[in-house]
Amino acid sequence: MTEQKPAVTEEKPIADEGHAQGAEPVIRVEGLTKSFGDKTVVDGFDMSVPRGAIYGFLGPNGSGKTTTIRMMCGLLTPNGGSGTCLGFDIVKQSRQIKERVGYMTQRFSLYEDLTIRENLDFMARMYRLDKRRQRVDAALEDLGLKDRSHQLAGQLSGGWKQRLALGAAMLHEPDLLLLDEPTAGVDPKARRDFWDEIHRLSDRGVTVLVSTHYMDEAVQCDYIAYIAYGKKLIDAPAAKIPEQVGLITYRVEGDHLVELSRELDGKPGVEQIARFGSALHISGMDETELEAAIAPYRNREGVTWQRQRAGLEEVFIHLMAQSFDNFAAPGAKPGESP
Amino acid sequence: MISLSRFLAVLTKEFIQMRRDRLTFAMMIGIPIMQLILFGYAINTNPRHLPTLVMMGDAGPVSRAVLSGMKNSSYFDFLGTVSGPEEADQALRSGEALFVISIPAGFERRVVRGDRPDLLLTADASDPTAAGGAVGALNAIVSQAVGETLTGPLAGLAQGPPPFSITVHRAFNPAGETATNIVPGLLAIILSMTMVMITAVAIVKETERGTMETLISTPVRPLEVMVGKILPYVLVGYVQTGVFLFAARLLFDVPFDGAVMAFFWGFNLFVIVNLALGFLISTAVRSQMQAMQLSFFTLLPSILLSGFMFPFSGMPGWAQAVGTALPATHFLRITRKVMLKGAGMGDIGGEMLALGIILAVITFIALMRYRQTLD
Repeated sequence: MTEQKPAVTEEKPIADEGHAQGAEPVIRVEGLTKSFGDKTVVDGFDMSVPRGAIYGFLGPNGSGKTTTIRMMCGLLTPNGGSGTCLGFDIVKQSRQIKERVGYMTQRFSLYEDLTIRENLDFMARMYRLDKRRQRVDAALEDLGLKDRSHQLAGQLSGGWKQRLALGAAMLHEPDLLLLDEPTAGVDPKARRDFWDEIHRLSDRGVTVLVSTHYMDEAVQCDYIAYIAYGKKLIDAPAAKIPEQVGLITYRVEGDHLVELSRELDGKPGVEQIARFGSALHISGMDETELEAAIAPYRNREGVTWQRQRAGLEEVFIHLMAQSFDNFAAPGAKPGESP
Repeated sequence: MISLSRFLAVLTKEFIQMRRDRLTFAMMIGIPIMQLILFGYAINTNPRHLPTLVMMGDAGPVSRAVLSGMKNSSYFDFLGTVSGPEEADQALRSGEALFVISIPAGFERRVVRGDRPDLLLTADASDPTAAGGAVGALNAIVSQAVGETLTGPLAGLAQGPPPFSITVHRAFNPAGETATNIVPGLLAIILSMTMVMITAVAIVKETERGTMETLISTPVRPLEVMVGKILPYVLVGYVQTGVFLFAARLLFDVPFDGAVMAFFWGFNLFVIVNLALGFLISTAVRSQMQAMQLSFFTLLPSILLSGFMFPFSGMPGWAQAVGTALPATHFLRITRKVMLKGAGMGDIGGEMLALGIILAVITFIALMRYRQTLD
């Protein structure tokens, strides 16, 4: 921990970080703004996504993630700002972008009353693909749905639906995948399989922009942008985020942790107490205050204290706690999310 | 045990939901008001001021008396004269006039001679209700008018039996059958109902189920979606109409006197207009339920103001204006003209033009709105 930075940090563009090696970013947007009526959903959003990266998009509900993704692929016209996606202008060349982007919606949005094969075939026709039968067969093979290709898509379980949707979005071999909370409501095993697939695609050079709520998914991303109230608060390589946020964490193990947690709660300097398995992680931004708050408890019998680097998970709990649901009534305080 | 508080909770919830669904709420208030206005003000089963033409074979005091009596009764509005039976037929077939009264040559002289000559009133009976009131009142109107006018040397004729007789010829529907009139019109209503509703629902289904989002993320163009979604239902319309015409012939003996091609083109155009209307509705609603309600809302004037149930000529000007904007009005005229009056392509030009204009307007608005729904 060198110096403490506030959570709201303007970070250097990612392209300078060395990862992209000067290559033209797949997405580069500046000052994107979108309002619906008098409500500004996205406000002055800048972002640069290097080729081949898995870019995680985090933020509370209603923070503007979906709207931003839709603007990037030309589904929505921004009120302000500009940018390119795969080298095409996001305002004027949305058709070219749509041809080359795979977009997966938050909610399953293929036809439940068509069979798996019919759905894939329909999507192949939408993109006017050649060798349609061959491509659909290959996709079915990849998905492991060859035997069930005549089953209605609506009869699939949540995890399979997501895989099918991903397969459909990949049918035209896009260079960029936009995934809007792809694993919402999917069981943990299916989620893990889904992410394995995303890593495979990324290895093949596909750029992936994925929004998520799950922190175990966020840590799998190469880069993370954190957005709240339509504004980007953090944007950095995943590994550098804890350092940037500057959260200090103590890990406590031992007996009577529930009691300890109750006693520490609300003490000045103690901003967050989170349970990780059998241990407590106690974190705060102000080193002096935090140390002072925990001092009386450090020598307690049967408890061991250990200072450690804050992990991504703690950092995100911290960020989430600071920003409440954006639809909450004005005047509500951070951390009072309903 | 029945709990009052639980019952009240359900009741309250229902009212809250009712209030939030603005469209449904508007329909609940709007439909009764619309019905009240339409039934109260627009509908008139005994229409007056019906367009009438005169075929003057003779002129003189008696025929003048007859014509002015008809005019004063307010049932007949004289548009002008026709020179011969062909022209009269044409005017009736195209719907320009509902009546043609023919005064035969030598009429005056034969009246004076006491021959009791015939006056011929040809009525377009394809809509028996429209012509019925006027025809029923005709004898009384004429004898009264004649009684008042025949003075001087002709006064003697006013006494006793009328000096001439009136023959009414019911063209296109000699038996005055209601079914003959209703059945062709019903086709317009059935198509309006099913086509508009099916299309509106089919498209909203995409939005409601979320599949529209995937669809618009592909490079597909609005026109491709619109045409691709609508065309299957055109085929449904063909099947409906085939079944309908067959049943109409079999069960009600409704004739089909006119040109099949005229019917065919009119039918196609009408179906397309309805589907475009359904598409337009679908862009304004969020659920299939709302689509059904709005379709019903457009159906109601189609039934009441198109001339299907009540004579078009009997409605006040504003109601006729609304009726003219409805596609059903024009298709209904096409079916009646073609099936009952033996019309061909040349007789339905006006209706085709009107349908074309309505289609252009609806399509324009629908495409504009479809684009907006992406944002």
